[in-house]
Amino acid sequence: MTATRASLLAALAVLVAVPWWVPGDYYISVCSQILIYAVFALGVDVLIGYAGLVSLGHAGLFGLASYAVAIALASGSGQLGAVALALAVALLGTAAFAALSLRATGIGFIMITLALGQILWGLAYRWVSMTDGDNGVGVAARPMPFGFNLEVASHFYYATLVVFLLALLAAWVFVHSPFGASLAGTRDQPRRMNALGYHVWLIRFYACLFSGLLTAVAGILFVYYTKFISPQTLALTASAEGVLMVISGGSGTLLGPIVGAALVVIVKNVASAYIERWNMLLGAIFVAIVVFMPEGLVPGTTRLVRRAFKLRPNAPAPTGEPAPGEPAP
Amino acid sequence: MTALSIRKLEKSFGGLRVTRGVDLEVAPGERRLIIGPNGAGKTTLFNLVTGELKPDIGSVALFGQELTRLPSRRRAHLGLSRTYQIITLFPKDTLLRNVTLSLLGLSPLRWSPLLRLDRQRRLIEQAERALARVGLAQMAHRPLAETSYGERRRVEIAMALAQNPRVLLLDEPFAGLSVDERRDVKTLLFAIPRDVTIVMIEHDMDVALDLAERISVMHFGEVVVEGTRTEVVADPRTKEIYLGG
Repeated sequence: MTATRASLLAALAVLVAVPWWVPGDYYISVCSQILIYAVFALGVDVLIGYAGLVSLGHAGLFGLASYAVAIALASGSGQLGAVALALAVALLGTAAFAALSLRATGIGFIMITLALGQILWGLAYRWVSMTDGDNGVGVAARPMPFGFNLEVASHFYYATLVVFLLALLAAWVFVHSPFGASLAGTRDQPRRMNALGYHVWLIRFYACLFSGLLTAVAGILFVYYTKFISPQTLALTASAEGVLMVISGGSGTLLGPIVGAALVVIVKNVASAYIERWNMLLGAIFVAIVVFMPEGLVPGTTRLVRRAFKLRPNAPAPTGEPAPGEPAP
Repeated sequence: MTALSIRKLEKSFGGLRVTRGVDLEVAPGERRLIIGPNGAGKTTLFNLVTGELKPDIGSVALFGQELTRLPSRRRAHLGLSRTYQIITLFPKDTLLRNVTLSLLGLSPLRWSPLLRLDRQRRLIEQAERALARVGLAQMAHRPLAETSYGERRRVEIAMALAQNPRVLLLDEPFAGLSVDERRDVKTLLFAIPRDVTIVMIEHDMDVALDLAERISVMHFGEVVVEGTRTEVVADPRTKEIYLGG
């Protein structure tokens, strides 16, 4: 067994054992929240890390899926129908987002996604007949798949863990596929990729859809987690947090966004109980990361460990794929 | 039928006319050299042919097929490949991945999000053969960032050849190379089979004249002289505008 596989199995064992070693339902729920935001951050990372496109509107898509579930349930839909509807609505929303924002790259893309995210936030806030405005929409009960009561914190955690692992697997397959290589190529040399025969716009469009799918999955989990959705979830700060999760953990890696999500959620939910100005703490942590590990926590830690143990960087895989924890080529 | 047919091609940037009614006919299998001083419009001409720039007027055809309205990516699928004056590769990737990306560009596999790229043996073997063709097989797994300038030039050529082009556009393939590297690249270009038509921009006359069968001299966006090596070198206009009289 390779060291990587052993590490992955150990991490899986730790995650599976969370309800036994984490004290109390509150902290188990915090772990669920970490996994939900990890899926969200993976979605954001598909664009930032692998497509080179920074989106400041992803909270809008996240909230769109959440609202779709909540409104569908409030209208009398079944759980499965509500989830299917939420996925469809979020994918349509993502397609519209992508069609509009991919007219530009760089700053232009950021500004268009920001504007689109703000439009969705505005709709959630002002379309009172549909969203109940600032009051938000509640979800009466979580689903009970196969009779498994998700109202119990540990049960909900396990359901979230399963979805998280599936999302992680999907992201892993995606970035190691020929399409993932094509996407990384469009990030690094779009002009060259075009000349090599690639449809750069369409590749980016499909990447947006995959990113939107992961974001929608996270949004659906979130609305079941909080059993409530309000415009605050779609706010610009929520989109910025997604970007910070990715950048602080390490963009272009699969582990980085998970670590970044854990960092943000822990500071927001745990450290805030002890520190009044927890926003300052979060800011200070980000400044420290940018100064000492500009590539993000995961690639930065990998670099420091290698230096400490005087290890040589891993030889690239035959097609140049990164070693685990290293940024994608 | 001509391999590459360029008719009345014009392109302006604002008030600056970069190409002025360029006409060029390149026969299948021909080795055509395009020379001219800096700013003559040579690279712009290549960009117009590959579709990276849209012409204001004029047309481009590849083996009789009209290309003018086709996007750049479609032209690659029809057999048009190029290298760049300023090396344009994927520096974080290995040599093998660079060439694999080139092959993937013409393969339907590029759309697959479910297969693993490193398990596409056929594609990888093709990439290894392309690298072997330019003498870089033993460096296939080295990151591009750890290679010399000359090796990168050869990777560019490997990427272009890997696509089995019908017409290959080489934009200053000898630029920035040492004497030994020039010799290697020259040998490599001589070895390209005749089913590939080559159009090359080059400033190094000593090397390029050996390769070229016909030469077009560009000046201020126009082809002012065209002919065989002997004809072009003997033409007083060539001496005046390019060889310094």
